[in-house]
Amino acid sequence: MRVMDKRPKVTRRRVLGAGAASLVAFTIMPGGMIIGAGNAWAATAKALKPKTFATLLQMARDIYPHDFVADKHYAGVVSGFDDAAAKNKGDKKTFENGVNFLNVSAISEHGAAYVDVRWESQRVALLRGMEKDPFFQRVRGALVGGLYGNAEVWPLFGYEGPSASKGGYIDRGFDDIDWL
Amino acid sequence: MAKFDLKDDSVVVVIGSGAGGGTLGSQLAQHGVRTVIMEAGGRHEIEDFANDEWGMFGKISWLDKRTTSGSWRVAKDFAGLPAWIVKAVGGSTVHWAGASLRFQEHEWKVRTHYGNIPGANLLDWPIDAKEMAPWYAKAEDNLGVTRTNGIPGLPGNNNFKIMKAGADKLGYKECHTGRMAINSEPRHGRGSCQQLGFCFQGCKTGAKWSTLYVDIPIGEKTGKLEVRANSQVLKIEHDKSGKVTGVLYADKKGKQHVQKARVVCVAGNSYESPRLLLNSASSMFPDGLANSSGQVGKNYMRHMTGSVYALFDKPVNMHRGTTMAGIIMDEGKHNPKRGFVGGYEMETLSLGVPFMAAFLDPGAWGREFTTALDSYDHMAGMWLVGEDMPQEKNAVTLHPTEKDQFGLPVPNVHFDDHANDTAMRNHAYKQGAAVYDAVGATRTLPTPPYPSTHNLGTNRMSAKASDGVVNKWGQTHDIKNLFVSDGSQFTTGAAENPTLTIVALAMRQADHIARETKKGNI
Repeated sequence: MRVMDKRPKVTRRRVLGAGAASLVAFTIMPGGMIIGAGNAWAATAKALKPKTFATLLQMARDIYPHDFVADKHYAGVVSGFDDAAAKNKGDKKTFENGVNFLNVSAISEHGAAYVDVRWESQRVALLRGMEKDPFFQRVRGALVGGLYGNAEVWPLFGYEGPSASKGGYIDRGFDDIDWL
Repeated sequence: MAKFDLKDDSVVVVIGSGAGGGTLGSQLAQHGVRTVIMEAGGRHEIEDFANDEWGMFGKISWLDKRTTSGSWRVAKDFAGLPAWIVKAVGGSTVHWAGASLRFQEHEWKVRTHYGNIPGANLLDWPIDAKEMAPWYAKAEDNLGVTRTNGIPGLPGNNNFKIMKAGADKLGYKECHTGRMAINSEPRHGRGSCQQLGFCFQGCKTGAKWSTLYVDIPIGEKTGKLEVRANSQVLKIEHDKSGKVTGVLYADKKGKQHVQKARVVCVAGNSYESPRLLLNSASSMFPDGLANSSGQVGKNYMRHMTGSVYALFDKPVNMHRGTTMAGIIMDEGKHNPKRGFVGGYEMETLSLGVPFMAAFLDPGAWGREFTTALDSYDHMAGMWLVGEDMPQEKNAVTLHPTEKDQFGLPVPNVHFDDHANDTAMRNHAYKQGAAVYDAVGATRTLPTPPYPSTHNLGTNRMSAKASDGVVNKWGQTHDIKNLFVSDGSQFTTGAAENPTLTIVALAMRQADHIARETKKGNI
């Protein structure tokens, strides 16, 4: 049967994009801290503190963890929060306060900020403690639409997206199952 | 295409353009009756459709404010979206899956067959299978239903092949690719299904029947039908004798007009139809129009529903091909030995990644959830749909304080599962999982109900005026030139997807109204 190649495709545009991100990774942050590659996206924050951005990114990965989905797709949703924070002080407060609360819990439980808590299961336990919070629900809700609604991630799940322009599946494997 | 004057009181006004209203309006026009269809939503033709789940959801869904109450899970997961229906010309025939099943004979008379079920407000329909047989035949021909009229079944896709293999292993006898209003070969000027998927987003090829591009254009060509889109009816008006005289509606810009009418037919789906009757209360009818029985808005049914998705170690690619690609009908029969009355159908279903993430287990997160989605292309799925019990307390009522964009009370939708509904759902989950386990599923997922697509019963049909809202013609017991023409007239819900029955009832009603108006009786 016809199966999807789920490996991310490397295009010239994406190579350039990755290059820009790796430049960001070595930017010297205020306070003299050099942030690592995992926090590269935090440097793109406009309204939120970079640490807040990085925490939201980790939180996004912990809420909907897909090991084959790159950070940039989660960061796209977090950038939406940053845009909202830039436009609206109330939104900025929601995200800064929410992250602050999460960090207070993390420090109290593990003596470390959320992003520095080592195991996913430990971070998830912290999130479970606040999952009814509107801040958590806003992050989760935005991810449902923003992460899974992003056409760039669909091939990673083997979902082929729009088919009408390709003539549907009548000649492209709608009934090609061969293992039953 | 006709254009009627607002003051023309010789027209029949039909409110809604879906399976009920769209069929009725077109049929009336074909009978020579001058008809105006009022449609609250816009007109989006096939070229406006996109293979885009959220994009089309935003474009065509009924998203006006609604509230919920009761213990049903939809009230928790989708508090502001109890129904997943369409606000556009064509109504929910734009996004329906196409399953077109007749009621079973006993399902017209369930009070007789099931007896007295505590807590259920069961009633026999005032019509029966024999009465409806010719109208079903006419509806099947109009919709081009596969496995009727010599039309072959659709080919089965991967999702169906999994279901069929599991059904065979379990010993189910009635499993096939369904009776679908989707062309399996070119018919009546429309082509055959190209297995696009995206049936819920509007069929890009037009192979699936919809009033939007089948019945309504035929009606318009007669010169007797006007379809007024972006025209939301706010109130039905009446005169001193108690006969209805026309409708107050808001146009696209919110400007209000009155369209005079000889007859008014309400087909706005089971939330908006009772809401409109209730919002039309007057000093003469303080409890709302046609509500002397107190049953307007009551006995709301939404079908027992749920889904089972299953993961396999090898690929399935269920997203390829028709959304509802096959059915197991064995559990549809009334067999009280299973611990509940009535039956349910098992119908394949697939969702794309965007909708699967939202509906697989609403609110869930973490690896239990994401490892299921990781296997999206190894997933098969089915929808479970069965008869639920009408209960008087399950109701569409006017919200005491919340108002819509026109200042009218929004509908509140209250629903509690009946014990029979819960027993049936548990049985269906078990059998659905068994079908997939039989062919080697590594994991099965009992998915809770989606926002309601089969909304029924809130203006129910009854022999006696004290038991319901409309008589056997869908004519209100109280007002002889006011009709109900959608699924809200269902006395009970049966196990089958309701569209074919709504269409058959609308065709029968059109015939009746045409005859009665010609005789001068209404």
